Amino acid sequence: MPKQRPFLVEILTAVALIAAPFVLPYLGFTPTTINRILVWGLFGLGFDILFGFTGLLSFGQSAFFGTGGMVAAYLLTMAGFPHVITAVFIGAVVSGVVGYLIGLIALRRTGIYFAMITVAIAEVFYFVEFNPLSAYTGGENGLPGVPTPTLYLGFTTLKFNTDWSMYTFLAFWYFVGMVIALRIVRSPVGKILSAIRDNPLRAAAVGHNIHSYKLTAFIVAAIYAGFAGGLLGLMQGFMPPDAFMFDTSGQLVMQTAIGGAGTLFGPLIGATVWLYLSDFFQTTLHLGATWKLVLGVVFVLLVVFLRRGIVGELISLWRHYKGRREQEAAESDPNAVLTEAIAAAENGGSVVEFVPSPRRPKPANDGEIILDARGLTKRYGGIVANDNIDFLVKRGELRGIIGPNGAGKSTFFKMLTCEVPPTEGRIEFEGRDITGLGVTEVCQLGLTKSYQVNQLFTRLTVRENVTIAALAEKRGRFRLDMFRNVGSVEGLTQRVDDTLKLVHLTERADHPVSELAYGEKRRLEIGLALATAPSLLLLDEPLAGMSPRERIETVRLLKSIARGRTMIVIDHDMDAIFELAETITVLREGSVLVEGTPEEIKANAAVQEAYLGGVHAP
Amino acid sequence: MINWANFVSQCFNGLVLGALLALISSGLTIIYGTLGVLNLAHGAIFMLGGYAGWVAYSYTGSFIVAVIAGSLFVMLVGILIERIVIRSFYQRPPEDQLLVTFGIGIVIVEVVRFVFGSLSKTVPPPPGLGGIVNLGFMFYPTYRIALLGIVAVALLALYIVLYRTRIGMIVRAGIEDSVMVDALGIDVYKVFMLVFGIGAMAAGFAGIVNAPVVSIAPDVGEAILVQTFVVVVIGGVGSFPGAVLGGLIAGEIISITSMFNPGYAYVMLFIAMTLVLVLRPYGLLGTASRE
Repeated sequence: MPKQRPFLVEILTAVALIAAPFVLPYLGFTPTTINRILVWGLFGLGFDILFGFTGLLSFGQSAFFGTGGMVAAYLLTMAGFPHVITAVFIGAVVSGVVGYLIGLIALRRTGIYFAMITVAIAEVFYFVEFNPLSAYTGGENGLPGVPTPTLYLGFTTLKFNTDWSMYTFLAFWYFVGMVIALRIVRSPVGKILSAIRDNPLRAAAVGHNIHSYKLTAFIVAAIYAGFAGGLLGLMQGFMPPDAFMFDTSGQLVMQTAIGGAGTLFGPLIGATVWLYLSDFFQTTLHLGATWKLVLGVVFVLLVVFLRRGIVGELISLWRHYKGRREQEAAESDPNAVLTEAIAAAENGGSVVEFVPSPRRPKPANDGEIILDARGLTKRYGGIVANDNIDFLVKRGELRGIIGPNGAGKSTFFKMLTCEVPPTEGRIEFEGRDITGLGVTEVCQLGLTKSYQVNQLFTRLTVRENVTIAALAEKRGRFRLDMFRNVGSVEGLTQRVDDTLKLVHLTERADHPVSELAYGEKRRLEIGLALATAPSLLLLDEPLAGMSPRERIETVRLLKSIARGRTMIVIDHDMDAIFELAETITVLREGSVLVEGTPEEIKANAAVQEAYLGGVHAP
Repeated sequence: MINWANFVSQCFNGLVLGALLALISSGLTIIYGTLGVLNLAHGAIFMLGGYAGWVAYSYTGSFIVAVIAGSLFVMLVGILIERIVIRSFYQRPPEDQLLVTFGIGIVIVEVVRFVFGSLSKTVPPPPGLGGIVNLGFMFYPTYRIALLGIVAVALLALYIVLYRTRIGMIVRAGIEDSVMVDALGIDVYKVFMLVFGIGAMAAGFAGIVNAPVVSIAPDVGEAILVQTFVVVVIGGVGSFPGAVLGGLIAGEIISITSMFNPGYAYVMLFIAMTLVLVLRPYGLLGTASRE
């Protein structure tokens, strides 16, 4: 989205909505079709936030569409509730509450489990609506006689009782829905949702409570669905029971996929294509029921060949075109830039200090010892990965850990960052017992690591990646600032810029991660950890897979990062560790073999034996 | 209304339905376990099996021919689907796999509707197995008893294939780690194709043998698909014993609840699923590594 024109999308949406009734009838759209497109488009806005932005594919949205619609229709027909739009809002709220309860169950699992559970839940709603609750929902007859909305303006009353007046009513609410959805996806919450879609593991590791964010997305989708369901009843003057059917969920999923998930406009475009074709096949070509077969085939072909959907492909074409123009404009050798940047940083570059935000709990003990692990043991069944390790790190230290393959280094790191709980032992970080906490909590306390295998948010840009990590530290584990622009988070831009500068990726800030070279991705991996302003940073094989030249540069980079920070580095590159670390711990077969300065380690016979396998000097 | 004989007969119905669900779910779960693809067209394939059997029966008048021809036809369709479409989806995100199998399911249902119309079809039970039998304390349809036996034999056959043959060993290894199987020099794609075929056949076979009990229509697969999901969630993804256990549990829950009020059958099923999710998140017999 262009920054200089912040309301461009909103204005274009408004213009399109105003123009639609003057243009679409010439293309063969009936007013009823256009109105239905709007209802489906609104329904899809919430679904796109859930599926396109958060990556949760639900096949059970019919439950919320139906619930919202039935509650509103029940209030307006059987309960005699007078305020039409209020009833729709109540329906949406009820739907949101139901969404919260269902979300608690469905979000216990992800991926295909989530899809299966949502299907099953929606089916329950369908049966409950039909049978036990038929006294309230009309059972298989639905609820007829839903009144059309009116608006009292003081001097006159607007009645939305014709097709086109209903259009203005629906278009207004679609516009409101779109504005809200745009705000959500541009808010810190929206960014975090995309991060969860791309890499839930890392989103949790940088300090976000991903379960709560997923639940938020689920509730938002339920509210949109409930509201759209209410509008459906108003539009038709009748609340149909088939809103609860699996077909409804399926149609929504297909429309979103056809239009393009993760674009907000995709569901609207998808609904346009879907409903237009279904009209066309049925009334113009008289295909009868065969129209669904044709649409099914079209859908399969689209999923196979047009993976991003219509809107998604258009955006990608536009990016491609823009990207090529930019590339022609400026092309510089990234390696040369890097070397220069590192040289500049070394020659009197100032120490970039990341002051943790005041929300972070104060250290229980800010003395000399930052990390104190006692008797750490990890057993997997009969295998002892780590055996009774004592490990002490001082504030400001740069500790190296080496050891032959299988020495238990990675397991040890995983226990320190609370990715796996130790079988026995206790870890104290800044005087606070962190044994048994989760990786998210520990990161919020100021302890995080960069991974041995890159864990990045692959579909986002470099800047967005760093922003997500920084947001966790600036905002805490969970916060519902859904309507705030991400740029307005205090100190965020500064932190992101500083981090990018520190890992020398400023030049590449607006490139998607997928375009980065391996060495750059490695630096971004470290940058993600750095952006959370850790007081203790763990680096798991930062040099893994690098070329000799990249290694030299990364070692220099690590040195510059180490200024003013406490770090623990694992690596197989002995020369690098000897050059970097002040103290080195050698692990062998799950235990500490020896600890000492690089010189002591180099001279130690036991270390030589561990690495060379018992070859003794004659 | 609720008396002893009624209760026993419903329990028996639950057993029959449970065995059917177990067979269908085994197909779904071995496909997911090996290929990593959740086949949303599985319900449609179940339905297709019923129609294939019906066509074969109409031409030959033989129930056994119908079962064999129908099963083989559905297996062939499964293999074709895997070859033509699914194969290009192994490297794509799971969401795309769900979308495409969902689409395939719709195409299958609509093709059947186009060819055979929406009216339901029936296949009579094989000769000698029609009518009802007196069990002493109640009367029960003979074919349903036979069906329990047929499905039990099919499950046993599937068990033998999975646990007592070389190919079965490869499939089970593939469920645990298909990359490793590939690395061992076994053409894992050939295995994938075979598993998809066998999985589809399990559903299709169930569709045919169930046809004398419940008449077939283009949309019968949808409800079965949903029940199958619950079975897999309860039993644990990728677990053949889990599918059998989950199937029997789901079958009994549906039948016994229906005796009181069919409207609550799904509610009870859902409560059971929720309990399993809370108490044993990976299903009764599932393991965390299989996801």
